[in-house]
Amino acid sequence: MQRRAKEQKTPQPIGDSVTRVEAREKVVGSALFTDDLQFGAGLLYARIKRSSVPHALIKSVDTSKARALPGVKAVVTGADFTGYIGLYLTDRPIFCRDRVRYIGDPVAGVAAVSEAIAEEAVGLIEVEYEPLPVVFDPEFGVTPEAVVLHPDLGKYDVANFIFPKPGTNIANHFRIRKGDVQSAWAECAAVVERKYRIPHIQHVPLESHVSIARVDNDGKIKLWSSSQSPFAQRNLIAKSLGVSQSDVQVIAPYVGGGFGGKAGVTIEAMVVAIAMKVKGRCVKLRLTREEEFYAASVRQGLVAYFKMGCDKNGKLLAMDNKYFWDGGAYCEYGVNITRASGYSSSGPYEVPNVNADSYCVYTNHPVGGPMRGFGMPEMHSGLEQCIDELAHAIGLDPVEFRKINCVKTDSILVTGMKMHPTGLTESLVKTAEAIGWGKKEPASAPNKRRGKGIALMWKAPAMPPNAGSSANVSLNEDGTVNVSVGGQEIGQGSFTIAAQMAAAALGVPFDWVRVNSPLNTDTSPYEWQTVASRLTWSMGNAVTAAARDARQQILAMVAKAWDEKIEDLDIIDGKVISYKSEESISLKDIVIYGIPLPNNQGWVGGPVLGRGSFMPTYVTGLDPKTGQGPRAVVHYTTGAQAVEVEVDMDTGKVEVLKGVAAFDVGKAINPEMVNAQMEGGFVQGLSTALFESLRFKDGLVLNPSFVDYRIATSSDVPRDFQSIIVEVAQDDGPWGARGIGEHAMVPTIPAIANAIYDAIGIRVGSPPYTSESVYLAMLDAGLVE
Amino acid sequence: MANHRIILTINGETEQVEVPSQMTLLQMLREKLAFTGTKNGCMAGECGACTVLMDGEPVNSCMVLAVECHGSTIITVEGLAKDGVLHPVQQTIIEHGGVQCGFCTPGMLISARALLDRNADPSEEDIREALVGNLCRCTGYIRIIDSVRDAAERQQVLSL
Repeated sequence: MQRRAKEQKTPQPIGDSVTRVEAREKVVGSALFTDDLQFGAGLLYARIKRSSVPHALIKSVDTSKARALPGVKAVVTGADFTGYIGLYLTDRPIFCRDRVRYIGDPVAGVAAVSEAIAEEAVGLIEVEYEPLPVVFDPEFGVTPEAVVLHPDLGKYDVANFIFPKPGTNIANHFRIRKGDVQSAWAECAAVVERKYRIPHIQHVPLESHVSIARVDNDGKIKLWSSSQSPFAQRNLIAKSLGVSQSDVQVIAPYVGGGFGGKAGVTIEAMVVAIAMKVKGRCVKLRLTREEEFYAASVRQGLVAYFKMGCDKNGKLLAMDNKYFWDGGAYCEYGVNITRASGYSSSGPYEVPNVNADSYCVYTNHPVGGPMRGFGMPEMHSGLEQCIDELAHAIGLDPVEFRKINCVKTDSILVTGMKMHPTGLTESLVKTAEAIGWGKKEPASAPNKRRGKGIALMWKAPAMPPNAGSSANVSLNEDGTVNVSVGGQEIGQGSFTIAAQMAAAALGVPFDWVRVNSPLNTDTSPYEWQTVASRLTWSMGNAVTAAARDARQQILAMVAKAWDEKIEDLDIIDGKVISYKSEESISLKDIVIYGIPLPNNQGWVGGPVLGRGSFMPTYVTGLDPKTGQGPRAVVHYTTGAQAVEVEVDMDTGKVEVLKGVAAFDVGKAINPEMVNAQMEGGFVQGLSTALFESLRFKDGLVLNPSFVDYRIATSSDVPRDFQSIIVEVAQDDGPWGARGIGEHAMVPTIPAIANAIYDAIGIRVGSPPYTSESVYLAMLDAGLVE
Repeated sequence: MANHRIILTINGETEQVEVPSQMTLLQMLREKLAFTGTKNGCMAGECGACTVLMDGEPVNSCMVLAVECHGSTIITVEGLAKDGVLHPVQQTIIEHGGVQCGFCTPGMLISARALLDRNADPSEEDIREALVGNLCRCTGYIRIIDSVRDAAERQQVLSL
């Protein structure tokens, strides 16, 4: 038997911090993003005519001047397309037809030979509006006085776990009724009741949305897009246009930052719709940075009411929480944020009596979409401050109070589901220890006050119960391995994780594995979407199954050729070995051509192609009246963060000196990548805590630029950050793994708010905690003059 | 919209390009010469994704007209590695895990290179200040700062 000339030590890549598979192409500038693709001189450029008013009936759209402009190849309006589009609730026309519902709503689209001509043509489109009353506040939006934004709400297609209320602005209402909340208040020794207003923010990917579409003369659609969700885009665009899914091909190169903003469908259906009018031509739409702030999607605003009480020992007895989500003009995706915050409405605490009402409300604000955390950062912002207050009210240390009440293995959750094994308590204890809980450090200057704060979190992947994943593993003449997945690399490291799992399951060195990019819905295996921190777990299961399938094919082939039993064979370091005969053979010789039988008696085997898929089958429905059911979600990732801050009494400036994070990831497939998520998520959370809010005036976003909407820079991050990996295995996760991407920013706002309280003794309330807001709060409290 | 013929050096190669008056350096690099490693993040000089070296100084290429570059020497991310050998900061940013989505990375690397060219031993404060114009939404900057410091140390070892 031929032996490999160069022996290589096989890394056991599970649990190894191997470097990112696509890192090199990203540092030399050769990694291709959608805007980098070249389409030649025939490319047309699209621009969008957007509504200048927040709510109005469209009386007329006059496109004649735009059409007459030389260089304009197509003008499309709502009259051209009758369908609706949407993920959970199909409430969104591709272009507005009878009315506009927010400033930025697309009224018409233009394709022209240059961006400048397209922009000029957009300016020539005349729209006559008849203004309607407006809804800018979700609490007002649910009242009978509010104008109804979607009179056709009862006619829209809707997923069977979403409950719109036709005739109102309620796109979804999720209810929890558990135990007896009313009676429980009498048992409480302390009760805290608070209201928070969490502002809209934006994902702010460095790469703005960009798509290119081409429609052939036979109607086949090709779409290149910066997308977390090529398969969902294929499906939703096909359904909306009334074509077959197989006639839509979506090609998705690397994504320059997603954070949920490039999930579902945002601009892509418009580009396809325009391209349908110029068959054979490629049409490109790239949002300007200004458009990116309001015309794709934003994180929903939230008005939240919390009431919670505990007995004299600090045991939580009851919660009554109400969430009014500012879903914006279309809630096709946002309705499920409402549901997620409903079934997780108690936060990571075991509470016997819970009422919760979570409403998704139509408003005349930009479209609220998924963003990293999917409702959890917003909800935890208030909830974890109330928990802190309640601990103080009953005279317990906030860490002790959380230890008593946080969910543990077998806890009965707010939906009635039983908690799986979880390392939340361990995360809490380790976080508190790392931040030096209970020790007060002196401030760095006389005009500064120092404090520490802590917060917990939980989050489940929010998705349809049957969101699936699939993967292929194929081998090449040289023994290297190609992994095909439909899950996207958006910076979180999914391709590296996939390669590690394939290498481990197959038995080859990590550096033999390639992950195919770009994704292509014609050739990549199906993946629901790259969202919900679900890829490591769900796609990971599919990749592992595919690699094991390939492994079985290889072992069966060799067993037949050698007349041995499969059980006696193994694949190690890219070679099949027999523990019995001590024979070995390199994969490169056999995975394409098979193995010749002795004495020219023919061949066995052939090209190896492993396949794997995964879909959770155990999630149950919940009673619409009570939100109760045996299994609301697949699992929860839990964790904790703590910070130390310093508040400048002269300016109100909050500086985060130190951050600590601990999350139970089940199993860290790549520990350094897990740490990197914890860091990046913490800083994104810090940015939302201290700086970020979209400011509105009559529905207009006042700060759609990097100058006026500040995000954290290299000067804002703490000098000291520590991340701690907790590993309590997930029973159906690959090697026990569950996700971490979103969770890392969930508890940051309340951890910082609690630290500010520890520093200056006042609750600043709703974020962001800008210098101005903190200084004004100190002024109100008489702390400064 | 007259075209102008300009001659400049990009990543060590002499280039002759015809550009309209209003075309930016960023547009010329990406659309005329297919140096697409340099990214377009805001077109307003605010995010740093389009940073390139112009005569040794880091500039937002979206804020420089192509015609201004006549006679200049430009280095883009594609010009950082020499003969397939990565610049130290390209190597350290990989090892420290300072790359996630990768969209800010080219501009970040150029700003880091500019810093290391003018200051072989930058403090953490110097590094933070040098990168403050390069926005990143994924990494939280910490690993990028660490990788620049590490690159400086490796360069010093090399030059000893």
